[in-house]
Amino acid sequence: MAATFHGVGATVAALSSSSSPSNSFGSKKLLSSPSRSFSVRKRASFTVVRSDGSVNFDLNSKGRRAQQLIANAVATKADSSPASSSSKPGHELLLFEALREGLEEEMERDPCVCVMGEDVGHYGGSYKVTKGLATKFGDLRVLDTPIAENSFTGMGIGAAMTGLRPVVEGMNMGFLLLAFNQISNNCGMLHYTSGGQFTIPIVIRGPGGVGRQLGAEHSQRLESYFQSIPGIQMVACSTPYNAKGLMKAAIRSENPVILFEHVLLYNLKERIPDEDYICNLEEAEMVRPGEHVTILTYSRMRYHVMQAAKTLVNKGYDPEVIDIRSLKPFDLYTIGNSVKKTHRVLIVEECMRTGGIGASLTAAITENFNDYLDAPVMCLSSQDVPTPYAGTLEEWTVVQPAQIVTAVEQLCQ
Amino acid sequence: MALSHLAASASRSSSLLKPLSSALSLRRSISGDNSPLTVETSVPFTSHQCEAPSRSVETNPKELLTFFRDMALMRRMEIAADSLYKAKLIRGFCHLYDGQEAVAVGMEAAITKKDCIITAYRDHCTFVSRGGTLLEVFAELMGRQAGCSKGKGGSMHFYKKDSNFYGGHGIVGAQVPLGCGLAFAQKYSKDETVTFALYGDGAANQGQLFEALNISALWDLPAILVCENNHYGMGTAEWRAAKSPAYYKRGDYVPGLKVDGMDALAVKQACKFAKEHALKNGPIILEMDTYRYHGHSMSDPGSTYRTRDEISGVRQERDPIERIRKLILSHDLATEKELKDVEKEVRKEESPMPEPSELFTNVYAKGLGVESFGADRKEVRATLP
Repeated sequence: MAATFHGVGATVAALSSSSSPSNSFGSKKLLSSPSRSFSVRKRASFTVVRSDGSVNFDLNSKGRRAQQLIANAVATKADSSPASSSSKPGHELLLFEALREGLEEEMERDPCVCVMGEDVGHYGGSYKVTKGLATKFGDLRVLDTPIAENSFTGMGIGAAMTGLRPVVEGMNMGFLLLAFNQISNNCGMLHYTSGGQFTIPIVIRGPGGVGRQLGAEHSQRLESYFQSIPGIQMVACSTPYNAKGLMKAAIRSENPVILFEHVLLYNLKERIPDEDYICNLEEAEMVRPGEHVTILTYSRMRYHVMQAAKTLVNKGYDPEVIDIRSLKPFDLYTIGNSVKKTHRVLIVEECMRTGGIGASLTAAITENFNDYLDAPVMCLSSQDVPTPYAGTLEEWTVVQPAQIVTAVEQLCQ
Repeated sequence: MALSHLAASASRSSSLLKPLSSALSLRRSISGDNSPLTVETSVPFTSHQCEAPSRSVETNPKELLTFFRDMALMRRMEIAADSLYKAKLIRGFCHLYDGQEAVAVGMEAAITKKDCIITAYRDHCTFVSRGGTLLEVFAELMGRQAGCSKGKGGSMHFYKKDSNFYGGHGIVGAQVPLGCGLAFAQKYSKDETVTFALYGDGAANQGQLFEALNISALWDLPAILVCENNHYGMGTAEWRAAKSPAYYKRGDYVPGLKVDGMDALAVKQACKFAKEHALKNGPIILEMDTYRYHGHSMSDPGSTYRTRDEISGVRQERDPIERIRKLILSHDLATEKELKDVEKEVRKEESPMPEPSELFTNVYAKGLGVESFGADRKEVRATLP
């Protein structure tokens, strides 16, 4: 999201060698680079390009200030030479390590933060997000629970009512369906039904989304089920930078926050700042400013979109890509400004078409910005089917870059 | 002579029970056992995987009078709620606790305000025993701002944070994992306090209860699970819902105790015992054998699944208030008239309806609770459409 004017040629070259759609996640290092390579075109847009810290609006945001420092945050093959790294502050790590770092820093900072989940302690976490924390903080702060989602989520909420700040991990987001009652009725509503007496500063996190042939039950997208629950906030991380920032912000928030991670994004590598930073929970991220069409996306689809954007740019289009990050509530400010500029909206999401995040976002945009739209809002979502096991079928279930390109072309006629 | 002793001791509020060999003091000692001299027919405790506490309960006249007063208050409050509901001033669900007052009152006598209590939707009396005022109760029931949850919770959502009363929950059984979470927080902060998580015989069949019990036993949490067994889960009798209605034994490896829930002193003894146990050995289950006179809620007449004879039978033989009354009278602690006066203490006051803006407050803490959100952002957002 921050512009980089440095090493672009190398990144573009590196990018083109990894553009096969379904294998784009194998090369972990190159994935984040797409977001960088197009900001070189100096678009005269009023949305801020923040590479040198010249911010046009919203100076208050701590997150944006920190972004100045990560101008060249992406580790690409070309950029990982010692010469280039010496000029950049920060350190490189993978997304799951970024989550762990955020969690660890918050646990050090506040003794009330504890972690509970299946295999988070001695095993180190099924995706290694909590590795090493149990040895460092002890069994009372990093708790291995039995396989009882309903009750340990409930216990986390009960503990949060007294002021503790638990971070509850669902080994897979899909398992949290067993805890739906606790999340909906107790987590979301207790602040309201008690007239403000209790706050529930809990964080519920876990990986979700369609993975690599994990089967229908392990490929669920729970953001569409949780989005109606009043009283909770939902955020989705997509890069190591925003993963750490959102984790920290979620822990510090007084509200219950559900942090959606994605199974396939855990091995993304990026360079992030050394110092303490958080990301706004309600803010969207401008990945690539543009003029022709606004593409709204989140989590893994961001990378499919950026891949499609590369093709689109070659074809002469100029898409503006926004990673909405905040799934509840939507950042209608950033989105609105973008709609006012481009007048065309394409939503690319991994949820099902029926009742997904895209459906709500379409409704929100149409209600609020109808006058600014030149074309109906297009929404590309996964098919309304249980995710099949077969690889090819699974590919067809989710939105692919080629479909995004076609959609943009259709939208921009 | 007995009278003057008592009059003096009332102000001293010292324990009457004790070792004096005189028959006089024996008669004065309020014990839980059925010594032929006392009026009440209490039952002994039955225990599972632990040693039952003694049947002799230490108490004193002041405490007995407090019990009487509190229980009478609760009884009147519930009856008043009944008439208010029928007058359509209270809407929705209203679950009344009359008949079960001894559990709330006895439990409160055994613990401090630092110990946590969490219960289900039959929470009016528990709220009062934790220190809630009648004004807060009725205001909340009628949806007014002065209610304990500002009118936004209703009958099933009474909470009192400063005295560690955590509600007030509508979904059957969901409060038990919450209660174990409270116990976890108590262990985390090393408070030496315990949590009482109350649930009913209907909720005892919920899976999350056993899940939470397993975790509590595993992590040695100071959680006391109290089953208020009033023998009916709404319209279903316990023998039709549970293969094993011995709820105190259901914990398997977790010790349990069965208590006569209509006897406030037995409840007090059991809760005291449970608190000591939980602080040392982890969770314990208490089963309070109690009874509710009203139906499950105001929309349930309560007579389709049980006979009127049964209800009046229990009322005559086991009514908690009557027991205490007889105890008090038999020990000449107060006169009949004084007791009647105590029974007239319900006050209803008018309080304004909540503002419509209150609909949206307290949905999130601190207006979406993000530190770095500047005020500008909010204003700009408002002018967008």
